[in-house]
Amino acid sequence: MALKKVKGNIERMFDKNLTDLVRGIRNNKENEAKYITQCMEDIKQELRQDNLTVKGNAIAKLTYLQMLGYDISWAGFNVIEVMSSNKFTLKRTGYLAASQSFHCDSELLMLTTNMIRKELNSQNQYDAGLALTSLSCYISTDLARDLSQDILTLLSSTKPYIRKKAVLMMYKVFLKYPEALRPAFPKLKEKLEDPDPGVQSAAVNVICELARKNPKNYLSLAPVFFKLMTTKTNNWMLIKIIKLFGALTPLEPRLGKKLIEPLTNLIHSTSAMSLLYECINTVIAVLISISSGMPNHAASIQLCVQKLRILIEDSDQNLKYLGLLAMSKILKTHPKSVQAHKDLILQCLEDKDESIRLRALDLLYGMVSKKNLMEIVKKLMVHMDKAEGTIYRDELLAKIVLICSQNNYQFITNFEWYLTVLVELAQMEFGSKQGHVIAAQLIDVSIRVQAIRSFAVAEMAQLLEFYASNSQFSIMQDVLYSAAWLCGEFASELKEPEASLIAMLKYKSLPPHIEIVFIQNILKLYACCLMKYELAQDYDKICGMYEVTQRKLENSLKSPEIEVQERASSTLMILEVVHCEVMAKKGVKTEQIMEDFDLPIDAEVDKGETVAMQLLNLFNGDLNPVAPKAQKKVPIPEGLDLDSFIEEPDFGENEYSSDSDYEIKGNLFVKDSNERNSKPELTEEEKVKIREARKNEQMNNPHYLKSSNKKYEDIPVAELQLDVPLKVLSKRSDKYLKFDNGAKKSRKNKRSKKHKVESSTDDDNELVNKTLMVNQNLELPEGATLSDSEGSVGNPDDPHRALDIDLDLPGLDEKKLADSPQPESNKIKSKKKKHNKIKKDKSVAAAAAAAKQPGDDGENKKKMKKSKDKKEKTKKKKSKELSNEYEEALGISTPSKEFP
Amino acid sequence: MQFMLLFSRQGKLRLQKWYNAHPDKLKKKITRELITTILTRKPKMCSFLEWRDLKIVYKRYASLYFCCAIEQNDNELLTLEIIHRYVELLDKYFGSVCELDIIFNFEKAYFILDELLLGGEIQETSKKTVLKAIASQDLLQEDEAVEGALRDIGLL
Repeated sequence: MALKKVKGNIERMFDKNLTDLVRGIRNNKENEAKYITQCMEDIKQELRQDNLTVKGNAIAKLTYLQMLGYDISWAGFNVIEVMSSNKFTLKRTGYLAASQSFHCDSELLMLTTNMIRKELNSQNQYDAGLALTSLSCYISTDLARDLSQDILTLLSSTKPYIRKKAVLMMYKVFLKYPEALRPAFPKLKEKLEDPDPGVQSAAVNVICELARKNPKNYLSLAPVFFKLMTTKTNNWMLIKIIKLFGALTPLEPRLGKKLIEPLTNLIHSTSAMSLLYECINTVIAVLISISSGMPNHAASIQLCVQKLRILIEDSDQNLKYLGLLAMSKILKTHPKSVQAHKDLILQCLEDKDESIRLRALDLLYGMVSKKNLMEIVKKLMVHMDKAEGTIYRDELLAKIVLICSQNNYQFITNFEWYLTVLVELAQMEFGSKQGHVIAAQLIDVSIRVQAIRSFAVAEMAQLLEFYASNSQFSIMQDVLYSAAWLCGEFASELKEPEASLIAMLKYKSLPPHIEIVFIQNILKLYACCLMKYELAQDYDKICGMYEVTQRKLENSLKSPEIEVQERASSTLMILEVVHCEVMAKKGVKTEQIMEDFDLPIDAEVDKGETVAMQLLNLFNGDLNPVAPKAQKKVPIPEGLDLDSFIEEPDFGENEYSSDSDYEIKGNLFVKDSNERNSKPELTEEEKVKIREARKNEQMNNPHYLKSSNKKYEDIPVAELQLDVPLKVLSKRSDKYLKFDNGAKKSRKNKRSKKHKVESSTDDDNELVNKTLMVNQNLELPEGATLSDSEGSVGNPDDPHRALDIDLDLPGLDEKKLADSPQPESNKIKSKKKKHNKIKKDKSVAAAAAAAKQPGDDGENKKKMKKSKDKKEKTKKKKSKELSNEYEEALGISTPSKEFP
Repeated sequence: MQFMLLFSRQGKLRLQKWYNAHPDKLKKKITRELITTILTRKPKMCSFLEWRDLKIVYKRYASLYFCCAIEQNDNELLTLEIIHRYVELLDKYFGSVCELDIIFNFEKAYFILDELLLGGEIQETSKKTVLKAIASQDLLQEDEAVEGALRDIGLL
């Protein structure tokens, strides 16, 4: 026996321990992977042995490998073996491995329940501590349910070390098993007054975290926390309490008023930056929530802004960053106070640190005015040239657009300038998404500011010409989209539509969504030119233009993109038809001239008579921007029931109408001859009627293929096949021959392509504000307003949603506690105790209810006075507390200053 | 706090502690992403990053980066403070700590962290209390080691 042991020990001496592994990895840098595979093999070998110490050694090594990123989930069972050891050393290794490698979905966790329970109830506080620490990393819903009672019991442990860990652990339990919150809450609340400062701080932490997510259930605790805030000096705890108040005040403005004074005192007195920062944040939150009903409200804001200025001026980059961050919160409600520090913020734009520049940019939109806008944007443009990295560039661009467009371009005095800026921006390099922003702005400005239209169109035409003539000319493709659209839509503003048309026809390899805009707008420009030529009766030019356009569009017909193809082919067809018409007219004209030589050539041409007018009619109508969310706000008209049939399907008589197809699905292919004969004979009239109805139905049904027409030989099958033509071209001709239909169709397409613009319905009586001002008409359904908000949808996966439990219903407490599922082993015991327990809990609950009574103002004032008195007392007590073996963090400051 | 990472200037991970369960793949992805972003930042830049919907707070001590992920409402300076407190604890425990200490005694580094934070929340703000707890647990281990050795040579 002894011999075997000695032999085992000798063998163990040759095993690699953790240090050897680490050293080995460091010595094998070149072939680390190979070395580690070798080690993994050794470890597997070791895990197969019976000796737990050997296994522990192997698990320790695995934990190291896990940290390096290797998968060790396969060893889960061995980890549990080591965890179950009696030796503390092995337990420590095992629990560490578990906390690092276990996942809360793992099935292995089932095996751990009883083991962990045993440890939690261990006499040695460090055993329980190990189990709690480890459990916090992988607690699952099952574990939380089964162990919540045990952990709850630990809250009353005599050892502060255990109480502290148990309190924090309860938070994890709540997240996984929300039902535990209500029965545990009274005990948790008691811990706020725990004699041990560590436990107290842990309880504050937990309640603060709970309350931040569901503040309204914790309002009644405000007095307790208020007392804590005014009596304690531990900054760690104070920060949490102040954060908690920040969450509570929006719900209870009265609380905010009370907070201002102690908070401002803290702001004045504290030397700890983290506390100062937290106080300022909460004061801002308070002031936002109670709006301007406060007498010294302005003073508090002023104080915050002053302190923030000091932060921003600090050489510490961290403080600068946070100062700017907090400023941006103030900016939302008190822009004037922040504007006073414009110089400082503009200075931060020059900072070396990109993150600080970004924060300063956030503030910039509150700094601009009509006077300084151009200057600020110019500065930003300089930055743009210097900026490295697209993230910052993109941000700059977004901010330029934001500050210029805010409040309906409120600060822009010169739109020509703004357009030029946009065009300049368009020629810089950005991330892929930014082109869209500029394009949208160009379109928006041009539509809404009528006075600028001709300038904008000229600018766009120039862009297009550059683009067409110079292959080196780099520009964002999305901007081409808006350039093409603007030139087409407002072709009448163009001085030389022919030149633009020719430039536009030179497009090459564009993304499909832009190419279709080009095609569509080529047609618009074509119409415009045609009008011009027709009035001048310049038929040669018409022919020339037609040929060039046709050639280009035929190229686009070959595009692999279906949208482009369709657009090109329909445009081509329209052109063809129009051209025929023009030529026919020309024929008539020439005949007339031949007949009557006296007729002056261009006297008779009237605008209304031209073919171009008909073509232009396709694009008639004003365009207004559509308000965001407009689509969602279209109300369902009264009397429209979306669920009812428009036409009641006729099941009784017409069982062979395709609506009832599914009823005879059973023998769709095998036709029963009897069945056919059994059909009631129909009169000729009825047959015609049914045939008509079916034709209609088939026309409207795009999925119509499964024809049941085998039964009826007399149905004109050939006609139906027109819907599925073999040649793409022939199909379009049918549609577009009918001008009006075609026009409507093409316009509809256009509408759906661009969300920004929509033609303002066909009735022209709409009054559009045609001043120099920015047109603020946004298309919205009647009755809907822009400010209509949509309900915000939180993250459904957030575990905190389940924790929204009203804790102020004491009546339910005891019931819940009694009902709460208890671990099997405890059940028998607890049954005996139940009676006593309920009594106890009742008294606890009653006491809690009494304590929770939200005091009226008078009471609170008294409390405040009391607490002030206490504050003085505690100052005297402070020396005692310090000797209490507990280190208070007296002044937290940024460590960056302490550690150069 | 969501997680804490320690890594070297060369981008080698030295310690990782996750307070929310994530699949291994995601952990690796997050780690890689953060290490590269942080290492490319210049030394004079501030210690805060906006990353996904979290805030990243990091700090470099000698050759080691300490990096924590916190939620939007959390206090960045307090997080720096926690990092600093952890460094102080390591320093006290190892006696002027260096990267090698953490490499070779990584489990100790974990134990100390576990006494400072639990489930991502501050557990103990007193340095003394933390060190005392660690010392007593180490003592337990030593006792066992002595006992085991004695038993092996047959004295017990």
